Amino acid sequence: MRALDLTTALVVGGLFAVGFHLLLQRSLMRLLFGFLVLGHSTNLLVLMAAGPPGDPPITGEGHAPETFADPLPQAMALTAIVITFGVTVLLLALVYRSWRIQGHDEVRDDVEDRRVGEEVLES
Amino acid sequence: MLVLIAAHAAVAAVLPALAPRAGRAVWWVAALVPLATLVWAAALAPSVLDGDTPVEHFGWAPSLDLEVFLRLDALSLLMTGVISGVGAAVLVYGARYTSEGHGRESALLLAFAGVMLGLVTADNLLVLYVFWELTTVVSFLLIAGRGRTREHREAAQQALVVTTGGGLAMLLGFVMLGEAAGTYRISELVADPPDGGYVPAALVLVLVGVFTKSAQFPLHGWLPAAMVAPTTVSAYLHAAAMVKAGVYLTARLAPGFADTEPWRPLVLTVGLLSLVVGAWRALWESDLKRVLAYGTISELGLLIALFGYGTRNSALAGEVMLLAHATFKASLFLITGLVEHHTGTREIGRLSGLGRRRPVLLTLAALAAASMAGLPPLAGYLGHEAYLDTFWNAARHGPGAGEEWVLAALVAGSALTATYAVRYLWGAFAGRPGTEPTPQEDPGDRALGMAVPIAALVAATLGLGVWYSGTEALTEPYAALLPSPQEPYHLALWHGLSPALLLSAAALAAGLLLYRLRPALSAVRDRSPRAPDAQGSYRQAVRGLDGAAAWLTRRTQVGSLPVYLTVLLATVLLVPGAALLLRDVPLPAPPLWNSAVQVPLAAVVLITALALATARHRLAAALLAGAVGYGVAGLFLVQGAPDLALTQFLIETLTLVVIVLVLRGLPAELGVRTGSRRVRRLRLAVATAAGALVAVLALAVSTVRREPAVSEFYTDHVEEAGAHNVVNAIIVDFRALDTLGEIAVLLVTAIGVGALIGVLGGRAATIRARPPAADRYEPTARWALPHEQWLPEARELPAHDRSLLLEILARLLFPSVLVLSLYLLYSGHLRPGGGFAGGLVAGQAFTLRYLVGGRADSAFAVPLDPRLVAGGGLALAAAAGLAPLAFGGEPLGGALVSVTLPVLGHLEATTTLVFDTGVYLLVTGVCLKLLSAVGPAQETPEEAAGKSGGTPDTPATATGSRA
Repeated sequence: MRALDLTTALVVGGLFAVGFHLLLQRSLMRLLFGFLVLGHSTNLLVLMAAGPPGDPPITGEGHAPETFADPLPQAMALTAIVITFGVTVLLLALVYRSWRIQGHDEVRDDVEDRRVGEEVLES
Repeated sequence: MLVLIAAHAAVAAVLPALAPRAGRAVWWVAALVPLATLVWAAALAPSVLDGDTPVEHFGWAPSLDLEVFLRLDALSLLMTGVISGVGAAVLVYGARYTSEGHGRESALLLAFAGVMLGLVTADNLLVLYVFWELTTVVSFLLIAGRGRTREHREAAQQALVVTTGGGLAMLLGFVMLGEAAGTYRISELVADPPDGGYVPAALVLVLVGVFTKSAQFPLHGWLPAAMVAPTTVSAYLHAAAMVKAGVYLTARLAPGFADTEPWRPLVLTVGLLSLVVGAWRALWESDLKRVLAYGTISELGLLIALFGYGTRNSALAGEVMLLAHATFKASLFLITGLVEHHTGTREIGRLSGLGRRRPVLLTLAALAAASMAGLPPLAGYLGHEAYLDTFWNAARHGPGAGEEWVLAALVAGSALTATYAVRYLWGAFAGRPGTEPTPQEDPGDRALGMAVPIAALVAATLGLGVWYSGTEALTEPYAALLPSPQEPYHLALWHGLSPALLLSAAALAAGLLLYRLRPALSAVRDRSPRAPDAQGSYRQAVRGLDGAAAWLTRRTQVGSLPVYLTVLLATVLLVPGAALLLRDVPLPAPPLWNSAVQVPLAAVVLITALALATARHRLAAALLAGAVGYGVAGLFLVQGAPDLALTQFLIETLTLVVIVLVLRGLPAELGVRTGSRRVRRLRLAVATAAGALVAVLALAVSTVRREPAVSEFYTDHVEEAGAHNVVNAIIVDFRALDTLGEIAVLLVTAIGVGALIGVLGGRAATIRARPPAADRYEPTARWALPHEQWLPEARELPAHDRSLLLEILARLLFPSVLVLSLYLLYSGHLRPGGGFAGGLVAGQAFTLRYLVGGRADSAFAVPLDPRLVAGGGLALAAAAGLAPLAFGGEPLGGALVSVTLPVLGHLEATTTLVFDTGVYLLVTGVCLKLLSAVGPAQETPEEAAGKSGGTPDTPATATGSRA
């Protein structure tokens, strides 16, 4: 079996790095783009993990089934693309709402979270 | 048995509802159930004692081998008698003793009786465990009461924590035993006990559970603390029933495991230590109930040692002591309740002269205490004789496993028991010079109702002693299961002047002497250093745990999302990363590329992604993100996934449109980067390392695959599904249930977007014409105004927002794009396409129409609610999935249909096309919904007029979105 090529591995790794870098920031919009990029890279990773490139998995067009690219991860990635779209748009709505209501679109520290720790210590 | 347990539960469930009307009468109703159980047990007794074991069974979760087996053998019968007999007496007593909360208290006590019945009849380790923990839960509720005082709450919590902790150890032991034996049936396990391996460890774990439940030293602290509970609870749970669960389990397992190391040394050490230490501690308590509690710890230690020793004679002695203890200790607890009822106190120092005024109560107490001390002709005497005789003989002829020490501890324990029995009796009833006779607060109108059950229990302890042949008939069948290295011992009141009798008398005399010497001993005890207190160490452990939890919470719960994510990522880096580094198989050198086209595509993707990471403007970032997506789509195509590439292109376009529409309402800049230099560097390092890890992981993973791909099945069977496109066949046929779930999620997100934005923008679901924006700015250039009605709805737009070119294009393209979407839907089964792609193309036709004409749904003759389209799609897909059921097929299955129509010719389709149509409609509906949600809501009239009020100023970005 042929191994994964270096180019694709670099793309996947690079997209993951960019995605995580954006995800680690406080601007909600950057978070959203980070999520989008992570979605792309994960789909790509799932697809690549199944094996090297092949012919489109469509029968009756002269390709032998042995040369097909693995169709199962494709089906998974296909629905994942659509779901990622749905979640991205939902995040976008949250960004917009945060901006309209609070006047900023940043992830602020959760004060309640900190208070939990302090209260436990006091009691 | 099942019926009886269910009856306990059912009546207990009804009692609280009855209580407001029936008052105290609920206790009588409750008492009937254990009474019926007692009658049932008595009726079965002759056959069970003859060796018959009725078994009941029902499948709980048969696929997990979890089946409820209930079995009634001689030991279970004995325990059932104790539980239901004492239970009935306590419930009758409770009717007069309890002053409030009749429904709750009686129901819990009755429920407890039912749970105990289940515990002693369960013939499956896991079922037994369930009942075991249920007793803990009920005990928690009973000790806590209404949880009014801190003392109650802490005592209840301690009992719960300690016994559940032991229970968990026991569960682990049970699983190990069950796995070692290959069965969880207790009867089979004991008949054919597993040996070797981890069985000794399993036994230690089980015994830890036993020791916590039966309050054995040094895990006994919870039992004296639990004495804050009402006396009914103490008498039933903490003397007769629950604490006996550990003893019962010891007795249950002893026939199989008594000879397995380290069973016998462990039970003997812990049991005898508890016997002596408990009795010693009982001497120094001033609260009558705590005297009894320490006495109980002592007696339970004795019982565990006797049953755990595992010979016929010791088990017989154990059974007699169990019966004796249940009767005399329960009656002593109930007597204490009555003493408190009369005088308002149970402190020994404050009671005086009660015996003279309550002679009947004194007589009952004297009989019970005498049974405890082992005086003839009471049940306690039979037991004392039996165990002293057993170990006298064992010490002389036995295997030499330290039986002399056992005998010495037993004699010492008997002596101390006599001492605290006297202390109890004198403390409660004697007159004390210099102390005023304790006042009587209650004239005694309720005392009779409380005295009757006490009298019944005392009569039982007397009867068991006098009618010793009956006691032997009851106890002999279980004891006969065990090996008998000595002559079988037989119960009798008179064995002649035997060594056991002399030992017994000596112990008694020593006990009385000890009582006389108590003041002197007290002085010695005060001067000697104190042994570490179990209660103190428990408190310290709990405090330490609280402190550690608070410290950990403060250190980890900092409330910052980036910090949490960094920790998560660092974990991913460290754990799988370390595993990857430690891998000894070297990575084969990967090829540079599989197809040369990948290289430029990869370059585009990486460059745009890096630009995205450093972008400062939202619009630029959105465009760059789109570029990344298109590049990835290209890579999909190279990989041999045209369906994916198509969907990715379409989705990317739609995402771009939606983001740009929303961006109109957001500031242009992405905001300054936060964090110090150090934080930024850390962020960059963590992200880069994560990327590198994934890249290496991807390379490693692709080389280790050994199994053939599961999708060969799909490829081989795709023609049967009437399809050529394997991916589409998977989505709508092979794995249609997944798809159904996924489109449902998509619908939910669309509804969520509508709700999130719609609530802000008022009536966002209806599309309005934009308010005239001309007041704000004067455009420098205008499009030529169309004279013809290319798009009727565009007339509602202000003139400077219209464009002849775009309107004509939209008008022409819209129907063609819709036809294309239908073609993609229909041909998806054969060529790239399908419901998702078709729906997205249709959605983009509407997007075009919306961007040019300001309305998306004007193509329909009537205004159409997008939610209806999307919901209808989901309903259609679900119905298509269920339809085959009506024709006797499998749900979500498909069938090939071919028709020849006059004009169109031969048509072939599969029924899954209907499912795909549902997907198509849903995706189209979701697109429409998103357009209606993010489109017009951006500018409410007052904002457009510049009256933004408290909200931040929305930049006028309307020009950009149309261009």
